[in-house]
Amino acid sequence: MTSLIYNAVVRALMPLLLIFSVFLLLTGHHEPGGGFTGGLVAASAFVLHGVANGPAAARRAVRVPLPALMGVGLLCSLASGLVALEQGKPFLTGVWMEIGGGLGSVKLGTPLLFDLGVYLVVMGVTLTFVFSLAEE
Amino acid sequence: MALIVALFSGFAAAALAPGIHLVTRRGTGRVLCAVPAALFVYFATLLGPITAGEGVSEQYAWAPRLMLQLSLRVDGLSLLFALLITGIGALVTLYTGRYLEGHPHLGRFFLFFFTFMASMLGLVLSDNLIALFIFWELTSLSSYLLIGFDHTRDTSRAAALQGLLVTVGGGQALLLGFLLLGMVAGTFEISQLPGLTLREHALYPAMLLLVLAGAFTKSAQFPFHFWLPGAMAAPTPVSAYLHSATMVKAGVYLLARLSPVLGGTELWGTAVPLVGGITMLLGAFLSLGERDLKRVLAYATVCVLGALTFLLGLGTPAALHAAVVFLLAHALYKGALFLAAGSIDHSTGTRDLSLLGGLRRAMPVTAVAVGLAAISMAGLVPAFGFIGKELVYEAALVEAAVTGHPRPWLAAAASTLTFVPLVAVAAMLALRPFFGPERELPHAPHEAPAGMWLGPVILSVLGLVLGARPALAEGLLARATPGIAPSDLAPLKLWHGLTPALGLSALSLAGGVGLYLLRDRVRALLSGLRLERWGPERAYALGLAGVLRLASLQTRLIQSGYLRQYFLVTIVSVGGLTAYALVVLSGARPRLEFSGIEAHEVVIGGLMLLAALAAAHSNSRLASVAAMGVVGFGVALVFLFFGAPDLALTQCIVEALTVVVFLLALLKLPPYRDLSSKLTRVRDGIISLAFGAVMTAMVLVAAQNHEYPPISGYFLENSVPAAHGRNVVNVILVDFRALDTLGEITVLVVSALGVAALLKLGPRREETR
Repeated sequence: MTSLIYNAVVRALMPLLLIFSVFLLLTGHHEPGGGFTGGLVAASAFVLHGVANGPAAARRAVRVPLPALMGVGLLCSLASGLVALEQGKPFLTGVWMEIGGGLGSVKLGTPLLFDLGVYLVVMGVTLTFVFSLAEE
Repeated sequence: MALIVALFSGFAAAALAPGIHLVTRRGTGRVLCAVPAALFVYFATLLGPITAGEGVSEQYAWAPRLMLQLSLRVDGLSLLFALLITGIGALVTLYTGRYLEGHPHLGRFFLFFFTFMASMLGLVLSDNLIALFIFWELTSLSSYLLIGFDHTRDTSRAAALQGLLVTVGGGQALLLGFLLLGMVAGTFEISQLPGLTLREHALYPAMLLLVLAGAFTKSAQFPFHFWLPGAMAAPTPVSAYLHSATMVKAGVYLLARLSPVLGGTELWGTAVPLVGGITMLLGAFLSLGERDLKRVLAYATVCVLGALTFLLGLGTPAALHAAVVFLLAHALYKGALFLAAGSIDHSTGTRDLSLLGGLRRAMPVTAVAVGLAAISMAGLVPAFGFIGKELVYEAALVEAAVTGHPRPWLAAAASTLTFVPLVAVAAMLALRPFFGPERELPHAPHEAPAGMWLGPVILSVLGLVLGARPALAEGLLARATPGIAPSDLAPLKLWHGLTPALGLSALSLAGGVGLYLLRDRVRALLSGLRLERWGPERAYALGLAGVLRLASLQTRLIQSGYLRQYFLVTIVSVGGLTAYALVVLSGARPRLEFSGIEAHEVVIGGLMLLAALAAAHSNSRLASVAAMGVVGFGVALVFLFFGAPDLALTQCIVEALTVVVFLLALLKLPPYRDLSSKLTRVRDGIISLAFGAVMTAMVLVAAQNHEYPPISGYFLENSVPAAHGRNVVNVILVDFRALDTLGEITVLVVSALGVAALLKLGPRREETR
């Protein structure tokens, strides 16, 4: 099932979807989005790739083995909770700090690291479901 | 600091052992034995302060509010054990380096071995019941791994599992007993327990019996003794170390440790000596019926463990003192005998007593070591075993003379009767393999290398030295006697004069020699009993088979393998329980209100309803999937109109991905082969409608009832000031309820791994088809 139109569209769409997924992850704290949605969008980008070129090619396109993706995600979320523990606060308390100053100051917090973990886990899990089914 | 460093250096050695083995290869045993040797030296430096009556202790807070702390404490008893663990540990490490030389998994062996050693050290150093329990279980686990070290053999795996199930089963009882003990006492610190009035408490019998169950399973007491001979499937150094010198004595250690707290009652004085007495008699006679060197030694160990339990149960100062002395004597001679048995096996290729003979020329050093150890085992004059045995007899006789009660006479008779077969077994071990004509053996025999004879020689010579100079160990042993001041104990002497105990010794010696001469007839008699057919081992086998049968029965009953049945059960039970909670428990009644419904909402709802009907009615899978997609996007629209763009977005993506997943699965499926019958359809329709009604009612009740103020107000107020986020949904997910999310993503990963594994198993399934 190879369709020239579909493949061409996927090639154009994939980077956009991936950028959009990161956008969702980063703005999620204030606007609609977040790690869960972002992870799903990222996964759907690779699913489209998989439908066009087969699951093996899509796995290669992810570059990282899916179990590693999930494992790193879990570790990120867990680590974000440990930061608070190290400061003597309860596990998973959000810890924030301000980076830069003057014009371009950005607030960074452990919830972002947590959300990044969710993003990676959701992406890994979804792709594991879809690719394993497709390889059956 | 020093104690915890000593403890954790053992675990560190375990972690590093496989790496070290990669570098040192043939020299691993020699390199690694430095760790237990250094620990031995460290504990030996504590000998002075401890015999002077000082204690060494350290505390580390762990979970203070749960009364959990890692308290380490050295007193006489734990020092005696620590010296045995590290000293014999060093010799066995050295021995193993040669015994398993060139074994592909030697690194792994030392990982397990040092894990055990450190756990055992932790067990005897812990002053907190819960910490003790954790180390206790760790020794069971490492014992499991070591018994099953030769994991390609069925028998090893079965023996490992048997040992694990028995000891861990007892461990569960022990935990309950400890919890009861801790709750009644108000502390888990062992050193604070003596002096509390626990024995009068109503829960005392329960806690005692639970603790005893743990101690008896670990120390292979009747009726749990059968796992120990089975554990001989382990490599011989393991048998020497875990299953004779250290781990199996953990139960005895616990009894000794707790005897000042729980002992001295009628229940203790009945149950403990009774079980110990049965075990020692049983073990002594069963060891006569075996031909495998290691099994002979295993039953002899069961016998000694029984004797130790028996003495602790008697509980008089003399009996407690005898137990400690006998424990040391046994560790020395039995360690030597086990290691020598391994050397014989290694050198000749067999451990069968009826095949061995005439080895004294080929293995002179081993022969001497075995001879010396056997002298100690039989309790003959110059050896330390003699002192131990004399004390055992005296403990029984002294009590008999003082109280005039029938029980002590029984005790004296039982201990004499026990030593008769032990003498015969000692003679068998010392004479059969080494004397008589030289025989045809699987390998031409040769003397064991130095690394392998050093251990048996040191241990058996030490047994002799301590016999001649008991004063060397006297101070420590007196301090190790639980709950008794050293000044109340008689000094250790080789020669006691012509006492009644000496008479009993002569009696048991004569009986032993007689039994040795009749050994073949006795063995025939014992093997004719076929204990494995009706003993407790049979009960274990039946129990295990029963559990497996029950498991397969319930699997066949519940697991039909049809997805629709699982759905049916899930939906019916979830719906039924929800309805029950809603109608009966809460008594809430949902009100149907149609005011304020907008036109576009009616349109969306109608579309979803139509799509759902179409999905149920369609004859093609593809059409059903598409119709379900319409329902899903309808839900997304509802989310959007009710101000939940996050949910709407997620729902849309999930719908899209679901369609892809469905298509992937559908391509592999044949068209509908047969549609469900009319009756099934009616049933499914009723269930679906009912489930929908229950869910609707639940949503209505949830929306209409405001018994408690909703929590959403708190989230809305605190989202920006406390969590720096304006998207409340996301803030809840990653901050307010982050722990829930962490749990959920963990479940997601586990289920993904499960799905991948299930699908990967597909090809294998096809092969068997």
